[in-house]
Amino acid sequence: MQRQAASMKRNLFNQDYLDEQFNELEELQDDDNPNFVEEVVNLFFTDSVRLIRNVDLALANEPYDFGRLDDLMHQFKGSSSSIGAKRVKRECSQFQEYCNERNIDGCKRAFQGVKQEYATLKTKLDAYFQVAREAS
Amino acid sequence: MAQELHVLAVDDSHVDRKVIERLLEISCCKVTAVESGTRALQYLGLDGEKSSMGIDGLKVNLILTDYSMPGMTGYELLKKIKESSVLSKIPVVIMSSEKILPRIDRCLEEGAEEFLLKPVKLSDVKRLRDFILRGEGDDNKETENNIKQVCSRKRKFQDDSTTQSMLSAVVTAHDIESSSPESSASSESQQPLSKQSKIG
Repeated sequence: MQRQAASMKRNLFNQDYLDEQFNELEELQDDDNPNFVEEVVNLFFTDSVRLIRNVDLALANEPYDFGRLDDLMHQFKGSSSSIGAKRVKRECSQFQEYCNERNIDGCKRAFQGVKQEYATLKTKLDAYFQVAREAS
Repeated sequence: MAQELHVLAVDDSHVDRKVIERLLEISCCKVTAVESGTRALQYLGLDGEKSSMGIDGLKVNLILTDYSMPGMTGYELLKKIKESSVLSKIPVVIMSSEKILPRIDRCLEEGAEEFLLKPVKLSDVKRLRDFILRGEGDDNKETENNIKQVCSRKRKFQDDSTTQSMLSAVVTAHDIESSSPESSASSESQQPLSKQSKIG
């Protein structure tokens, strides 16, 4: 079980789903706080639902508020970065570039990318934590 | 009896608040985490009572605030603190996910002790703690050492070599003055930066 968890984690890193920050978080776990990383990640998922909904709303109708879109994405990028969600962070940056250019179609496309990477990450991390919990 | 440092952490991100709380706990600091500059000032008592206490009577030794927050930014919070005759003595450290040099300059000029790049690492927090400890009780070296020792024993996987923060992206007033333009590696800034007066 432990080998499976380790191998899943390795894959997540190799495929850039996660970066070094995830390791930093794992260093903060101990016997008194054995599920710290999972708790933080779950917080990220909860927050993300709200952020994603707000971005969807902001992209739905003219006039488009690029300032607000940038703010929302800045928040999303920030929390992605805090848990080491490398690919999600990358997509957020892409979105912000289109936002700076006031390219609404670019933004919409990029946001599809953000949602896609987010969904994939969530599936993979849910699976990883399940295995990691059984391993300990 | 070694006193723990009390840190007021300010960040609108729930995720980041949880992480910074944990980093500070591990570094054996008491933490009060709030979600906005307004809440922070409420906690500190904006008019300023006789000392830099929180409303619960706990003295605040350090304010660690995010820069980008809705409503009041970390910079605006910093300004209000430095403008207050009572609160201005509390060291303020700014955190941001963006390394924007004019922003960093402005914060340091306004009196911020340091500017940390997010995501903040354990080595950053430990370094800050040690810096504050030195400022708080430099006539009591024993307290500083006690806290560090007790903190080490509490941690199962303590690795003190991580405090040699080679890659921690920290910018200090010292770095700016020695004008290394893109200093992404921190100088081992053991020297006290500022006009830290003895409190206590």
